[in-house]
Amino acid sequence: MSTTTLPALSPVKDPAVAASLGRRRKRLDALLRWFCIGATALALLFLASILLTLILRGLEGLHWTTFTREFQPTTYGDPEAPTGGLLHAIIGSLIQTAIATAVGTPIGLLVGTYLAEYARGSLLGNAVRFVSDVLLSAPSILIGLFIYQLVVLPMGGFSGIAGALALAIIVIPVVVRTTEDMLQLLPNTLREAVVGLGAPKWKMITLVAYRAALPGIVTGILLAVARIAGETAPLLLTSFGNSVLSTDLARSMSSLPIAIYQQANSGFPDLIAIAWAGALIVTAGVLVLNIVARFAVRPRG
Amino acid sequence: MSHAALAAPSRRRAGDGGDRLFAGLCLGAGILVLLLLGAIILTLFIGGLPAFRAFGAGFLWSTAWSPVEGREQYGALVPIFGTVVSAVLAILVAVPLAFGVAFFLTELAPPWLRRPVGTAIELLAAIPSIIYGMWGLFVLVPLVQQYIQLTIGDTLGAIPLVGFLFASNSFAGTSLFSAALVLAIMILPFIAATMRDVFGQVPAVYKESAYGLGCTRWEVMRNVVLPYTRVSVVGGIMLGLGRALGETMAVTFVIGNANRLPTSLFDPSTTIASIVAMEFPESLMGSLKQSSLLALGFLLFVISFIVLAISRLLLRSRLKG
Repeated sequence: MSTTTLPALSPVKDPAVAASLGRRRKRLDALLRWFCIGATALALLFLASILLTLILRGLEGLHWTTFTREFQPTTYGDPEAPTGGLLHAIIGSLIQTAIATAVGTPIGLLVGTYLAEYARGSLLGNAVRFVSDVLLSAPSILIGLFIYQLVVLPMGGFSGIAGALALAIIVIPVVVRTTEDMLQLLPNTLREAVVGLGAPKWKMITLVAYRAALPGIVTGILLAVARIAGETAPLLLTSFGNSVLSTDLARSMSSLPIAIYQQANSGFPDLIAIAWAGALIVTAGVLVLNIVARFAVRPRG
Repeated sequence: MSHAALAAPSRRRAGDGGDRLFAGLCLGAGILVLLLLGAIILTLFIGGLPAFRAFGAGFLWSTAWSPVEGREQYGALVPIFGTVVSAVLAILVAVPLAFGVAFFLTELAPPWLRRPVGTAIELLAAIPSIIYGMWGLFVLVPLVQQYIQLTIGDTLGAIPLVGFLFASNSFAGTSLFSAALVLAIMILPFIAATMRDVFGQVPAVYKESAYGLGCTRWEVMRNVVLPYTRVSVVGGIMLGLGRALGETMAVTFVIGNANRLPTSLFDPSTTIASIVAMEFPESLMGSLKQSSLLALGFLLFVISFIVLAISRLLLRSRLKG
């Protein structure tokens, strides 16, 4: 019965056809392989180009005065004038990043704990996880607009604290994600052992679970710091930037990304050189944090 | 013995108090996150209300952007158009590349190469947006200006009917095309990482069966891996789209920030995020312009929320099992 349909279904019976089909399949396979290698090479080329540009142009603009001086107007046409630096921006970035991490980390830690230890599978827990995930990828400039309406408008002006709060909101979902993931990796027998000894649940979490998940939690915090260290858009609408060193949280405050943004768009070669130096500092910091975070978590796999 | 029996109840009560407090803190923090999202939406909407009132639904399709006092006129069409077109173009470029990277990392690369290349791709995702902006402006834009735009304009520009898409009077190099290119590079690692993770979750038995039948690598990918991971792959693409829609600094550097409707890929344009970044810090507190920018922010939030929500739902089904 089936002998009538088989020859039509399998042209393979004809050796010439089979050979050409095989060649075609092999060629398609090779084509795809080269495409994939090319795509990966292209992605690595982009990374190399970005890093190389940063290093070449950044080192050109980098000078020890970059770390010791505040912003100076362009020296263009006046070689006697002092070149500026990024001290105000570095200090501003450190202050805002530190406050944002200090505010955002405990909240993120508690939310992650809630998701992993209390809310497993509950409706509210799923809602919180979903919202946190959305916030993780939400446009950061909208967080700037939010803090502008909430803090800058009532205070009557841009301020360092507004910038720090905007960054804190960005920290939360990053810490939530890693904390929850790490706590969920812990074996339940560990929890049962601690509770079986008579410890209340909160002691089980704070004294045992946190300690066991510590590398992961630290990774989350490092990644969060790396993320906000390079954030520009929300700061533009909250701490705005400042050309002099200011540690007053109630007034506008500079930060490295903002200083880079302003000087890169100034059009003056000497200011652009300083912007490149700043870009090198920021990127080096961010990448080092990322690599350290990766190594911190590696022993746990 | 009796001492322990006496101590036990009081100890348990103390533990209960700590438990209730800690559980309350955790729950409170969770609810805070929910409230945060609600507050962001509400704040942007309330801030944009004066603009919605002044221009009505016409705000959505007006191309006006005129801050002249007394005759202020603002519309959202140009930024919305720029946002959507640049993000979609970026996806078109990034998805094939990301697929290539993911396929390379899961199937083609020798094991010793997987970790370093994978880490390098992840570092691409860690580079701050503003660095992409500077690199785009000082490295990519001149390349586009000197080589890509002229070549494409001379060849594809001659095609009847659609040629105008490639021919532009603007030769600055800062354009919709440059923005899409930078966005594509930025979202590539996110899409590639998702694809790599879900490709890795395909049970080895399925692939081995197909290889055993004599399938080539491409045939295994096409007929086994992709059908198995389809939902998550689309989720990863939506994640990239969500990122591209809201990207601010990189786009602001390279898109040219011109508030008129582009007719060509090489025309300068603007996006919601970049017009907010450019104009909001300079706008007067409480002005109609500020309100219009907040209204734009509200629209962006709605668009990206929908895209990111779809992405999460698609990814959850596979990743969390």
